[in-house]
Amino acid sequence: MSETINLTLKVWRQADAGSEGRFVIYDMQGVSTHMSFLEMMDVLNERLIKKGEEPVAFDHDCREGICGMCSMFINGRAHGPMDATTTCQLHMRHFKDGETVVVEPWRAGPFPVIKDLVVDRSSFDRIMQAGGFISVNTGNAPDANATPVPKADADEAFAAAACIGCGACVAACKNASAMLFVSAKVSQFALLPQGQVERTDRVQAMVRQHDLEGFGGCTNTGACEAECPKEISISHIARMNREYLFSIAKGDK
Amino acid sequence: MATLDAKIPPGPLSDKWTKYRSTCKLVNPSNKRNIEVLIVGSGLAGASAAASLGELGYRVKVFCFQDSARRAHSIAAQGGINAAKNYQNDGDSVYRLFYDTIKGGDYRAREANVYRLAEVSASIIDQCVAQGVPFAREYGGLLSNRSFGGTQVQRTFYAAGQTGQQLLLGAYSALNRQVHLGNVQVFSRHEMLELVLVDGKARGIIARDLESGKIERHSGHAVVLASGGYGNVFFLSTNAMGSNVTASWKAHKKGAFFGNPCFTQIHPTCIPVSGDYQSKLTLMSESLRNDGRVWVPKAKGDKRHPAEIPDQERDYYLERRYPAFGNLVPRDVASRAAKQVCDEGRGVGQSGLAVYLDFRDSIKRLGEPVIRERYGNLFEMYEKITGENPYHIPMRIYPAVHYTMGGLWVDYNLMTTVPGLYALGECNFSDHGANRLGASALMQGLADGYFVLPYTIGEYLSGEIRNKPTSTDHPAFADAEKEVHERISRLMSVNGKQTVDDFHKRLGNIMWNYCGMARNEQGLTKAKNMVRELRAEFWKDVRVPGAAAGLNPELEKAGRVADFLELGELMIEDALTRKESCGGHFREESQTEEGEAKRNDDDFAYVGAWEYKGSETAPVLHKEELKFEEVHLTQRSYK
Repeated sequence: MSETINLTLKVWRQADAGSEGRFVIYDMQGVSTHMSFLEMMDVLNERLIKKGEEPVAFDHDCREGICGMCSMFINGRAHGPMDATTTCQLHMRHFKDGETVVVEPWRAGPFPVIKDLVVDRSSFDRIMQAGGFISVNTGNAPDANATPVPKADADEAFAAAACIGCGACVAACKNASAMLFVSAKVSQFALLPQGQVERTDRVQAMVRQHDLEGFGGCTNTGACEAECPKEISISHIARMNREYLFSIAKGDK
Repeated sequence: MATLDAKIPPGPLSDKWTKYRSTCKLVNPSNKRNIEVLIVGSGLAGASAAASLGELGYRVKVFCFQDSARRAHSIAAQGGINAAKNYQNDGDSVYRLFYDTIKGGDYRAREANVYRLAEVSASIIDQCVAQGVPFAREYGGLLSNRSFGGTQVQRTFYAAGQTGQQLLLGAYSALNRQVHLGNVQVFSRHEMLELVLVDGKARGIIARDLESGKIERHSGHAVVLASGGYGNVFFLSTNAMGSNVTASWKAHKKGAFFGNPCFTQIHPTCIPVSGDYQSKLTLMSESLRNDGRVWVPKAKGDKRHPAEIPDQERDYYLERRYPAFGNLVPRDVASRAAKQVCDEGRGVGQSGLAVYLDFRDSIKRLGEPVIRERYGNLFEMYEKITGENPYHIPMRIYPAVHYTMGGLWVDYNLMTTVPGLYALGECNFSDHGANRLGASALMQGLADGYFVLPYTIGEYLSGEIRNKPTSTDHPAFADAEKEVHERISRLMSVNGKQTVDDFHKRLGNIMWNYCGMARNEQGLTKAKNMVRELRAEFWKDVRVPGAAAGLNPELEKAGRVADFLELGELMIEDALTRKESCGGHFREESQTEEGEAKRNDDDFAYVGAWEYKGSETAPVLHKEELKFEEVHLTQRSYK
């Protein structure tokens, strides 16, 4: 494999939320195939600054695939062409010499563009604030081993809790639904004994906030699961739907 | 001038905290409603403190530079969290956790703080389980434990390789509940750029809204920094890209002493640098050294494929030098040894700055499926980054900056030398001495936030109940805001030729080469001048594109690098002054005949706390003598 490749980048540039955006084409010569995608963006930015142009704004932080800060819709896919990979863990060896690479921000009403590839995901925080917690004050907890939890339930709860809140599920969904994100938290707590007390209120509060934020409904296309960098299963959406129906049937709120 | 009074409560070590908790001053609920606390940082320490103070009824504001509190760098911690639960019936106790931590820190931490940390550790696990943190469990439904370095018991609780993520999401959920209840406000995409002092007390901060670029004033009865470590002074580290020293550094310049700045942890097993574009380094878990053998070629400059190098031409240098511990020597020892063989010209890979971690013999002995079961996810991560299959080609690894034990000096109450200013978690110097044990950072962050600060802050705030919140129209706010504006305009107006990263990389190189794994007087002295010159050059030739208004990531970086350029010099000064080797601080002049680190307890059993005296004036060193009443100081050996 060649050590460097040349690419044509088509990058979405938008000054701020109120401005019109457009694609700008950059000729990207001599990209090392060992670079991560974000390192390639770093190199682009260094070149732009030295030419007196403004660099491309993009969100990123841990660069280990866990903080959920990086986003980017690359060649029509959230986090790019590799499955189960965040953009920061995507490497340039997966691109071909001479390829044109289109880079866009997450596109969804509830994720307005702040600048270039940076979007506002504070709607996710508000959904969590509506009910994504177990009400226990510091210092009130019983001994951690007082309540055994079946390993299978704990493992399933962990698999749901692995969500990094990046928003790829929303970006991938034709309805801009955040059901995978919401269900991951609902499911985690529904599976654990500690989450039982607030089980019905929680699902209702979180779904209500999800709808208020303008996210769409789920039509079971499975795009979210396919693009989730942490491979969160849509079976959690099914569990959330059961939780929701159950909470309605119980007549709470 | 502030003096160093650690305010350690009297009495036997094991009674100090219990007695303190029962006798410390309290603030009654109706007064708490009128008291506002500002918290900078939303990681384990900041989020847990904010949630707990909110529960108590204080009004809390939390600031983080990321787009959500959930993204703080605590999220990236892999291995686990220690707690003296003794669930395994293997002889663990509060005392043993305390002792391991003091010894692991090479006897440079304060006994009373570390004992308290061990005491509250068990409550952390209870609290997290109650929040719904899905720790790993056994088939019987009870919690699972594993071992970590520097201990002989199994006291580490974990959630796969994502323990930090799960603990942070637990604290984030507690924080969200307080937001829901109206007790806490979160200001995401906000960066603290100045501390506001009124009559010598911390009374507020100046923050920049990173989205709009607007400079804001926030007033509080106390300010709590939980802003993490400063490993990014080295440019390349395992820290997140945004991790920075700015909040701590602004506080330092306003009077908070900086403790042991030269104490840096360099982790031996990271994926090596592969090119000058590299932005960060990725850790490969310490556990790999259980089955991997570390080696380099015996001959200098041997560029053959590893499979073509026969055994008799390989140097398994850890096994050779440390037969008793072999590949499982502690982090600081393994890191130094790797550096030595690479300095001799025997490093491998394109850059020559790597050593092999080879699983060939384990695969031969145990079979590939066993190795896959033990380390499969790590092998996949390695392959994703390097494109090489470690089942067939040995991993290439090299040490990398991982954690900073140094930080703002705090007393037993976690208060800095500025009244009303607290520091929690990695941003204080307190509990890990000169070397942190694995799985102890998460423990400290949550101990400080959930179980220590909620008590100790009452001592101070009980004296504040008669004071109305300081108006943000106070001249002190105007002055601080002016400083921030001036600094931003100065950064924007240099309009030079080099980018912020150009300077950051050069600073990182200087720090790594002269104040990294091995340090000596000559190199440090040289580096001090180099950092000064680089700082002067930065202010003459940096280019910050864009505008001060609106989102401008380059401007954010520029401010942080400007602070790193000042911190770097202080780290070097501290390393020069500490003419002993201890933990992660290896002074080449102070080593045993076998080339091991040699401590000097007679002259250096103290915390070095530095006072800022101005940009053109040398900082002043204050010493907090460390008194060891419980443990006996010994030299470590791994031969």
